[in-house]
Amino acid sequence: MYWNPKYECLPLEELYELQLERLKVTVERVFYNVPHYRRAFQEKGLEPSDIKSLEDLSKLPFTTKDDLRENYPFGMFAVPMSEVVRLHSSSGTTGKPTVVGYTRRDIDVWAELMARALVCGGATRNDIIQNAYGYGLFTGGLGIHYGAERLGASVIPISGGNTRRQVMIMKDFGTTVLTCTPSYALHIAEVMEEMGVSPEELKLRCGIFGAEPWSENMRKEIERRLKISAVDIYGLSEVIGPGVAIECQEKNGLHIFGDHFLAEVIDPATGEVLPPGQMGELVLTSLTKEAFPVIRYRTRDITAILPGECPCGRTGVRIARITGRTDDMLIIRGVNVFPSQVESVLLQFGGTEPHYQLIVDREGSLDTLEVQVEVSEGLFSDKVRGLEELERKLRLELESTLGINVKVTLVEPKTIARSEGKAKRVIDRRKLV
Amino acid sequence: MKVKQLSVFLENKSGRLAAVTRVLAARGINIRALSIADTSDFGILRLIVNDPQSAYQALKEAGFTVTLTEVIGVEMPDRPGALSSILAHLEEAKINIEYLYAFLGRGDNGALVIFRVEDLDKAIEVLTSKGVKILNEEKIYSL
Repeated sequence: MYWNPKYECLPLEELYELQLERLKVTVERVFYNVPHYRRAFQEKGLEPSDIKSLEDLSKLPFTTKDDLRENYPFGMFAVPMSEVVRLHSSSGTTGKPTVVGYTRRDIDVWAELMARALVCGGATRNDIIQNAYGYGLFTGGLGIHYGAERLGASVIPISGGNTRRQVMIMKDFGTTVLTCTPSYALHIAEVMEEMGVSPEELKLRCGIFGAEPWSENMRKEIERRLKISAVDIYGLSEVIGPGVAIECQEKNGLHIFGDHFLAEVIDPATGEVLPPGQMGELVLTSLTKEAFPVIRYRTRDITAILPGECPCGRTGVRIARITGRTDDMLIIRGVNVFPSQVESVLLQFGGTEPHYQLIVDREGSLDTLEVQVEVSEGLFSDKVRGLEELERKLRLELESTLGINVKVTLVEPKTIARSEGKAKRVIDRRKLV
Repeated sequence: MKVKQLSVFLENKSGRLAAVTRVLAARGINIRALSIADTSDFGILRLIVNDPQSAYQALKEAGFTVTLTEVIGVEMPDRPGALSSILAHLEEAKINIEYLYAFLGRGDNGALVIFRVEDLDKAIEVLTSKGVKILNEEKIYSL
């Protein structure tokens, strides 16, 4: 099943032709409208006319999260604000988030891509889609929502949380498709068991899960417990949001919609483009975006381009499941968390370099984050009330910075293990394999 | 009139108090009074010792988070109602008590209680004016 068979299954030669044509337009757009890109191109001695073939893509400079942050909030936009109809944002490494904008046409393309993704993942216009991705600045909720409406399915914009209500609605409304993070899907399965609701009482038949790394074993567990078919969806706000790539019913790699994105996998150390089959960092270039085009954006996600064709007939490249990150970013309950964000919050308190550790765990199927903070003299109070107040303030400040629930534990100095003088910042006890 | 108290941050797990006392024993420090305030996660150990500066140094070197806080040591008759009347003086003067704990040993003529209040100077003034005996540092450290 396809949403747009013409483009999803475009013969490769035609696809390459279309990609080149669109790449040229994108390169011109950013060169003449975004000072950052013009500067970066000129540093390499490049003009838009130097892009003559798809191979020339590798001459273009990379774009990094730092570039986006330095141009916070709107410096990377390629259209005037009057053309921008939507803003989304994702967390940044040191407090400053990255902001992305969409023109009316970008929103339209995004809805088209998400409609394709939903169909690819098994949904039809007759489905009732319960969308438990968060609505708001995060692209997950609204991205799926627009795609579901474009498809013509009935979408329940329930957003995340309140799991018992999720189960009740799933049962009463006859939800057939669930969209959320895979760990939340497992949590829903657990709550269903607690409530004594069996999968047989539901009409749920498939799930489209993403926004965090998961494994084949987790897929099997979700499929078994909810009695559904589960597929992996991939996207990131810097590129568009969900809908960059998705698995088809073969469940063997994620299809990138090649008429809208170019994918490369590079060696993160040298920047050299790697051949299919080799693991490296995924680099994406948008081909049709107007407000926020990206050229060779380094996603820091580790994957490989899969060689060979998919029996489903889609022609765009496939990538393997994301297996990790090239940086220290953690994804906790679908939210991006950087240890440096925790550090900047702690610096506001003690005044000196804080020693801390992040302990990520999974209770049942929900991720938990504990931040252990060594109590220095600067933080110490000899009153219980004072320390409890510190714990509370740290928790509130961390929660507002990170956007997830945090447990703060005060620990004695030197209790956090240090290796070569540097503390190990993250202990991730979640088992994905 | 003010006395120096050591406050040490402890995680609420076995062996931590023992670790503190080991450090003090090795330095030949004698504990005069102690109290522990605890929650489910952590505790604050408060100590009056014979040599606060040297104890502070020893605990700091051993890697503990430790501070010196000023408190007052109040002597009172060892009979019913003695503490009550002192608390009444403080209440009348609207002085809030952060915490208090009793001494291990005994004073010359009665019981000894360590007070940590919001306004130490005012508490000393109020109590002295009521004829309550507040012990000085040398007296307390050498008890």
